[in-house]
Amino acid sequence: MKLKVVIDRKMCKGCGICVVLCPKKILKIDEEGKASVTERQECIGCRQCEFHCPDFAILMGDDDGQL
Amino acid sequence: MKNNIYDKYLVEEKMPTMWCPGCGNGIVLQSIIRAIDEMDLDPEKIVFVSGIGCSSRAVNYLKFDCMHTNHGRAIAFATGIKMANPELKVIVLTGDGDCASIGGNHLIHACRRNIDLTVICMNNSNYGMTGGQYSPTTPLNSFTKTSVYGSYEPPFDLCDLTKSAGATYVARCATYLPVQMKDIIKKALNHHGLSFVDCASDCPSLYGRLNRLGDAGEMMLRWKDRLVSVTQSQKMSEEELKDKVIWGEFVNKSDRMEYTDIYKENIRRAKEAAHE
Repeated sequence: MKLKVVIDRKMCKGCGICVVLCPKKILKIDEEGKASVTERQECIGCRQCEFHCPDFAILMGDDDGQL
Repeated sequence: MKNNIYDKYLVEEKMPTMWCPGCGNGIVLQSIIRAIDEMDLDPEKIVFVSGIGCSSRAVNYLKFDCMHTNHGRAIAFATGIKMANPELKVIVLTGDGDCASIGGNHLIHACRRNIDLTVICMNNSNYGMTGGQYSPTTPLNSFTKTSVYGSYEPPFDLCDLTKSAGATYVARCATYLPVQMKDIIKKALNHHGLSFVDCASDCPSLYGRLNRLGDAGEMMLRWKDRLVSVTQSQKMSEEELKDKVIWGEFVNKSDRMEYTDIYKENIRRAKEAAHE
């Protein structure tokens, strides 16, 4: 099973680093100023967003969003 | 979120961190805890020491024995801890202003002694906590709060400085390369002797804003063209390397004795001489 991106919205500060680094362009900053996933099924699990997140807000989870 | 690497090593009550959005310090801290997790080190045998500054606030978020010390004196305190108990792995988290300017003397003398510390410098090219004044690593002609017409002081290359002062492991990495940074930190933690890691990071809210470098995302993408590895840089001319940042291992040697070992040896010799 491939792991996919999960965002902890409490921790996110909306810096936008994950948005520019995502190779599939499936992350965006929403109206609340936090990162959110638009099409989660497209995630390839490269973990670029996870390793580059300065606020420890991104981790990889399974299909249901469980870690 | 339970049972993950962050819960294991970070204090949940203190989250989110006090750093500005997009600050590189979080990425460096993340790389450090990933390195410690992969090496499976005993948390009881690790001590984090830090000075003053944005980077030094990292120790407040760690579930390890930590010490938040005077400005620039982190390496001096760490030397004391290491001498008192050489079994401990002492990691110094410091910033560019903290270790190169105010604590510059402590840094070069720790390198000269080759004491077994791991110094991780989060280099964001300015003093972030006090409002963005220029630091010894601010690039020439860049703007800060105290160099409004452009900085005219040539910056320190911290890797060259520690190399010439005698450090036995010197490396540089950037927040754009967190996986490579984790590997370099792992090597630095394994090294017996002074290891210095210069982590080039960004300060989007002060340095980035004053130099019009865009938001955190744009600053992160700027690293892509600027980073050159050590092997690549050997094939390039000085003109080509002008605005580049060279990352990788600069020094990795074990030809000099470590300071606590020399100290133990001296005690043994003195005891022998006393018995005779």
